[in-house]
Amino acid sequence: MDTEPDAIAIAVADLEKRFGQTEAVRGISFTVSQGEIFGLLGPNGAGKTTTIKILLSLLRPSGGRATVAGFDVVAQGPALRTAIGWVPQDITLDPLLTGRENLLLQAGIHHLPRGQRQDRVAELLQLIELTDAAERIVRTYSGGMKKRLDLAMGLIHRPRVLFLDEPTLGLDVHTRHRLWEYIETFRDMGTTILVTTHYLEEADALCDRIAIIDEGRIRDMGTPDELKLRHGRESIRLEIASDGAAANEVDGALQKALSARPEILGVYAQPAGFWLDVSSHADAVPAVLQAADQAGVAIKSIVCQRPSLDDVFLHLTGYSLRDRVQGGRVA
Amino acid sequence: MSVGTVERQASVPPALSASDWHAEPGGGLRAFADENAVLMGRWFSRLRRERLSLATTLAQPVLWLLLFGHLFSGMTSAAVLPGVDYLTFMTAGAVVMTIYNASINSGVELLFDRETGFLERMMVAPINRLSLVVSRFAYVLLVSSAQSVLILAMAYALGVRVATGLGGIAMILAVGVLFGIGLVSVSMILAFSIKRHGEFFTLIGFMALPLIFLSSALAPTSVMPPWMRALAQLNPMTYAVDATRSLVIYGWDWTLVGAMIAALLAFDVVTLVGASLVLRRGLS
Repeated sequence: MDTEPDAIAIAVADLEKRFGQTEAVRGISFTVSQGEIFGLLGPNGAGKTTTIKILLSLLRPSGGRATVAGFDVVAQGPALRTAIGWVPQDITLDPLLTGRENLLLQAGIHHLPRGQRQDRVAELLQLIELTDAAERIVRTYSGGMKKRLDLAMGLIHRPRVLFLDEPTLGLDVHTRHRLWEYIETFRDMGTTILVTTHYLEEADALCDRIAIIDEGRIRDMGTPDELKLRHGRESIRLEIASDGAAANEVDGALQKALSARPEILGVYAQPAGFWLDVSSHADAVPAVLQAADQAGVAIKSIVCQRPSLDDVFLHLTGYSLRDRVQGGRVA
Repeated sequence: MSVGTVERQASVPPALSASDWHAEPGGGLRAFADENAVLMGRWFSRLRRERLSLATTLAQPVLWLLLFGHLFSGMTSAAVLPGVDYLTFMTAGAVVMTIYNASINSGVELLFDRETGFLERMMVAPINRLSLVVSRFAYVLLVSSAQSVLILAMAYALGVRVATGLGGIAMILAVGVLFGIGLVSVSMILAFSIKRHGEFFTLIGFMALPLIFLSSALAPTSVMPPWMRALAQLNPMTYAVDATRSLVIYGWDWTLVGAMIAALLAFDVVTLVGASLVLRRGLS
């Protein structure tokens, strides 16, 4: 199946998982084509990790079915496990082994031919730039080094389908970009990747398709652009030339004029201007210019903002991922 | 590595051949042997590296023999141990207690692996999940057999002669393995039914004293009060000690050794069945 361009790598149908009274996954369905990077986005407790663990054959579903690389996750666990790789959310290494020993262990339990193990490990150590630290015990590694090694653990056997659970959580920007380069390399080789992430810009830039999941259900699914088109709003950041004493009056007049336009859906005062929610940039920009003219205000700048995935996320789950650190549901 | 576009360019990975995808399918006896060798290699790598733990692993049995043997040699009377010095008597106890220590703690590494998630990572590999346990059994039994040989060598240096010779030593190791299998099983049951390793250690520590004192390891059951003797005769450690001791002191007594081996086999069957029930839940 590695040569067919449209082969289905992951097929999930009406998948359910209950833990006692708790319904973690409530009937989700999606398919991922081979070679795709598919993002699973949702707030904590949405059912992302549970879904991944079912697809890895670590958890049995309570209902529905799923296949990965053509293998049923319940009935064909052993065969399935030859085709998958996993990078868990938390770093999972043996801290008392060296980097090389960790990878050799992983190569061994994936039954790579004995003669190839050393070469494959050396190749991967080079890829993640840990060759110099290969003989050091993992306990002495920095967080970034551990994370890179952890990723390599999931890649050593070149899985056809790779599961990445929050692969860049807690990494600095530089290391994050690096990891994504590695991940893209493997995608380019035809690896299918299912990823969960908290970084929406990351998902936006790298995922071919995204499913927004909340409370065990998929809220919507599509390419980042499709989702933004469906759920995001375009906005305009308007900066006005301040005019000394009369500023407040003038601002009030402009605000009134802007609010009166049907093309402008929301007007929010900002330190040196306004933030506007609009139906579309094309319609709204002329409206803004006319309103400014009407109010006698000089415009300093107009910045058109495309809808972001964060808007989509907020719209579909009521959570803003940016606010999620505080754990507050906005809507 | 430093930040910058030049570095970024340097990090572009080398071309990988896409031809040889993923792992070989598992299954089959060869794959089973291979994955067990790899998993055992993990424990040996760690043992080799942890100098302190390696040193204590080797020194502890010797200490048992030296301290216990010499401490109690002055307190025993000829009436209790006719014609046998306490060091010779104690050799069997030192061998069996060493196996006890190594085996009963053996499950904790799997408990650590459960706690860290490493176990799940290995369970996603195309291995027979039984290998995760079998490799641990094999490693512990090998290490504790090596310790037993060391104790017997030490005892020899101190003048203890095993009455049954080399054949007897082989039999002592076999008895140790039978005892060890049951204990590792108990340890696995604990590791997969207890949630935290702190509780595991608490329980193991609590069990050690009664198990050792309610056995023939330190003193023959004949000197015990009746209630202690009754309990000691239910204790698998007594079977292992009595079999070993008779091989060290008296020579081949097939009736006794056979009976003790039968008792140890029963202990193994019961604990293995228990372990497989617990593991079926823990590893599925």
